[in-house]
Amino acid sequence: MEVPILKQGLYLIASIQSALTDADLSALREALIERVGKYRARGVIVDVTALDVMDSFAVRTLRDIAHMARLRGAETVIVGIQPEVAFAMVQLGLTLKGVSTALDLEEGLAYLDRQGQERLERVRGRVTRG
Amino acid sequence: MAAKGKDPQAPSPLDPQAQSESTAALLRELVAHLRQNRTQLREEWARRITRAQLLTAMTEEEIFAEATSVYDNYVEALETGTFEALQAYARNLSERIIPRGVETHEVVGIVLLLRDVLARSLFGKYHEDFDKLNRILDAYEPAANRVANTVAVGFVQERERIIRQQQEAIRELSTPVLQVRERLLILPIIGVIDPQRARQLTEQLLRAIRTNRAKVVVIDITGVAAMDSNVANHLVQTVEASRLLGATVIVTGLSPEIAQTLVTIGVDLSEMATVGDLQGGIEEAERLLGYKVVPLEEPVPKP
Amino acid sequence: MAEELLVPITSDVDVVSARQKGRELAAEAGFSSGDQTVIAAAISEIARNILMYAKRGEIALRTVMNGDLDGVIIVARDQGPGIPDVARALQDGYSTSGGLGLGLPGARRLMDDFDVVSIPGKGTTVTMKKWRRRHA
Repeated sequence: MEVPILKQGLYLIASIQSALTDADLSALREALIERVGKYRARGVIVDVTALDVMDSFAVRTLRDIAHMARLRGAETVIVGIQPEVAFAMVQLGLTLKGVSTALDLEEGLAYLDRQGQERLERVRGRVTRG
Repeated sequence: MAAKGKDPQAPSPLDPQAQSESTAALLRELVAHLRQNRTQLREEWARRITRAQLLTAMTEEEIFAEATSVYDNYVEALETGTFEALQAYARNLSERIIPRGVETHEVVGIVLLLRDVLARSLFGKYHEDFDKLNRILDAYEPAANRVANTVAVGFVQERERIIRQQQEAIRELSTPVLQVRERLLILPIIGVIDPQRARQLTEQLLRAIRTNRAKVVVIDITGVAAMDSNVANHLVQTVEASRLLGATVIVTGLSPEIAQTLVTIGVDLSEMATVGDLQGGIEEAERLLGYKVVPLEEPVPKP
Repeated sequence: MAEELLVPITSDVDVVSARQKGRELAAEAGFSSGDQTVIAAAISEIARNILMYAKRGEIALRTVMNGDLDGVIIVARDQGPGIPDVARALQDGYSTSGGLGLGLPGARRLMDDFDVVSIPGKGTTVTMKKWRRRHA
């Protein structure tokens, strides 16, 4: 089950539609990382609204996506984690440390916009000071 | 106490018909005696209640007034053999005295005292005629036991009813997730947190975050008396799960005792944003949401 | 009520179907959606453990009643290499596969009862249960 990846401006949006096998998750990771470079994306959103379970493999894959995307210049935000899924995750000890999260797609986009703005200001600050 | 009374259930060697007739006659005689000596016995009873330090939550006048009512209901129950009036009175009495902190042992105690006061007065009256005394006591004791039972059970039932009512009220109150502003929720936790409640609390909060699209949650634990490592870990989990939904949690009202406990048992709260009190927590939350609260000023008149 | 669902575990697709069947069973037994998720996550962890360490195995699922409790029992069996030190494998952070090390300890935290029997060279059986008070 392939996950569709949409390009919207500087962002890539992967919306998971149904339960994913480990292989599907790995394929998603490869595809996203490849496209971050190809489209010179500044942000990645992974929408997991449709996932009714997240186990350690899924969480590790999402974390890897975020870390690898960051190394390639894109900020990642995971959106749409369901309340029950979140509760089961923390009981399992899976907290997605170091990965940004947002309520839904809209919030995720707003978050990336804010991040981009801040990055721009940091750069400007360096330029005027330097 | 058990050694003193005769077993009311002991089979009688007499013919049951004759027995019940004589019991009725004896009870009539007994009731007449209790009516004649009402003032004196009632005062004696009230005195003994005070001396035994029962019903300490009530004044002497109150004790005397209630003692009078119980006494009259008591005698009436002995006379008529029906206990409905007494039962209703016992329930009514319980309703009035439970909120004042009267305990079960006190209620049982005063009924047993009355039984004792009346029995002694019967000893006094019939001590010359041992045979008659025995028959009077045989008639008195089953009735007296039933009266004691009715009052005590009435009290306990009322108490249980109140406890059930309170439990329901507490359960409803226990997890109020309040929206104070657009995207800002407050969860004041009061009382004892057990694992089941912690769970329920977290599930409710997570659902509320989603339906209210909350960005910031203030969890106030000022009203939490004690916290062990289990509860603390639940709190940490709640904070983490909220973050997974994109909400920031601020915990307020950690008492010095709880702070000390948490540090001692080594719960890692480093990831948790804490602010001293609820007000500070809400101010911090408003800052996070980009609100700025300023006092109202006089409108500046335009030229 | 002792009807047993048997899910063979031979590939990652089976991990998904095992946890989906577990969720359905938990729903039938009256578990809340929160608990269904927890049960599904625990099944996912132990099913993946089978794949990683034994390559193949099976997961048996069934509901049980015990007094005023309803429950689900999940038994994961494999004929893999076994776990030499079960106590250590149940510790957080312990993993020989380079994973997060959450498989067994994670699943244990999610469930009410958790039991591992492992014989090196013969295989491993994990039995886990989750209970719910009836009419609760």
